[in-house]
Amino acid sequence: MNLILHVWRQKNASEKGRMERYEANDVNPDMSFLEMMDVVNENLITQGSEPIAFEHDCREGICGSCGFMINGIAHGPQRGTTVCQLHMRHFKDGDELYLEPWRARAFPVIKDLVVDRGAFDRIISAGGYITAHTGSAPDANALPVPKTDADRAMDAAACIGCGACVAACPNASAALFTGAKISHLGLLPQGQPERSRRALAMVAQYNRELFGSCTNIGECEAVCPKEIRIEVISRMNRDYLKAAWKDRSALRDDQAETEPKAGGRR
Amino acid sequence: MSPAAAGTRERVRFFDATIVKKAVMAITGIILFAFVVGHLLGNLQVFLGPARINAYAAFLKSNLEVLWFVRTVLLVSVLAHIIVTIQLAGLKAKARPVGYVKKQNPHTSVASRSMYYSGPMIAAFVIYHLLDLTIGAGHPHFAEGEVYANLVYGFQQIPVSIAYIVAIGLLCLHLNHGIYSLFQTLGWAHPKYMPRIKRAATVISILLFLGYISIPVSVMAGVIHL
Repeated sequence: MNLILHVWRQKNASEKGRMERYEANDVNPDMSFLEMMDVVNENLITQGSEPIAFEHDCREGICGSCGFMINGIAHGPQRGTTVCQLHMRHFKDGDELYLEPWRARAFPVIKDLVVDRGAFDRIISAGGYITAHTGSAPDANALPVPKTDADRAMDAAACIGCGACVAACPNASAALFTGAKISHLGLLPQGQPERSRRALAMVAQYNRELFGSCTNIGECEAVCPKEIRIEVISRMNRDYLKAAWKDRSALRDDQAETEPKAGGRR
Repeated sequence: MSPAAAGTRERVRFFDATIVKKAVMAITGIILFAFVVGHLLGNLQVFLGPARINAYAAFLKSNLEVLWFVRTVLLVSVLAHIIVTIQLAGLKAKARPVGYVKKQNPHTSVASRSMYYSGPMIAAFVIYHLLDLTIGAGHPHFAEGEVYANLVYGFQQIPVSIAYIVAIGLLCLHLNHGIYSLFQTLGWAHPKYMPRIKRAATVISILLFLGYISIPVSVMAGVIHL
């Protein structure tokens, strides 16, 4: 099949980008979307042009590296699928496809379809972990976890941090990502001691990165390749509001505070 | 310094957090929703005749402290609801400086899509409505305390009735997303109950719509007359 691609080309972060038209001919329906892009790029290289930059790594749908907009939908039309696992059989001969990078102030474009998702890393490093050393895996039943909690934590933990939620959100909000990370740990017993602090720190970072605010529309869960549900946003809201209310006097004294209260950690 | 320490040190102040702003929107929304329900229950007494609704109106105005307390709560709620919306809309405008050439939002409901439009239009209607039936400005036959007569005269003008029905339609559209959204915002969501809450929000907004428009429709149909 033959396709027409309109691709966002941008040399670097400071240059202004534009859409450019390419033809992808003799596309094999068994190719993944990224394999089709590889072929387009090989042709571009043979012609002496700059290949289209896109991020990718495992190509198994689990690393979270790949992703861009296809006709205005993050990761393309197939639900619960990353771009690398999206196959060309879902497209028709003659289709015109618009490929654009994730758009958000917090995700500046590095080149073409590649964006800097460092904001997600900073949200994680603000509190998306358990401070105590947990050692190797404990005995299966040493720490009982209700089955439903384990399942919901696992569902949230499936987040691969691809950024599709931010890209799809009309507000460019990172609520689904932050909510997934907060819920994943907040549902498990190991996550309880730091539950409040985690919500405060991660949400603060999410706000500092200038993502938009959630309006509960649900575009994020529709494009999430791991099908994480907006229930996690609600959990984040609950954890944050509880923690912020309990901690509001501490928040007021923030400016004067020189040493963090929960100090002594590495 | 560990990243977690950085997180605890420079926290975002309480009312600067987007989640807190959304909570303010939700809580003021609940207050305004309660008013919308109470106002409808009061209005429906028009079907019980002039004596009943005029007596009810007199009762509402009998205790000025309570009346002005309620009015203050409502006014503060409206202002807070609008202020946080403007702040968050400003953030939204900045959060995506370069827009998409092509963008689909297939899962956005009409109600949620139109919140930024339905809101200001409802506010404009409320101002008109207060001028028309509370203050009496612009009303052809306004008489203080004569609620029944004021209402019938008002709705006998077809453009007034149509504007009212459209505004109520926008209000109920706004509530359709708002009622569902507040559960999500305040953290009361659960995957098991959310579909039911969504359905309940639709049913409640349709009932409110029918309840409110029953009055102008009855006046225009001549069921309610002087």
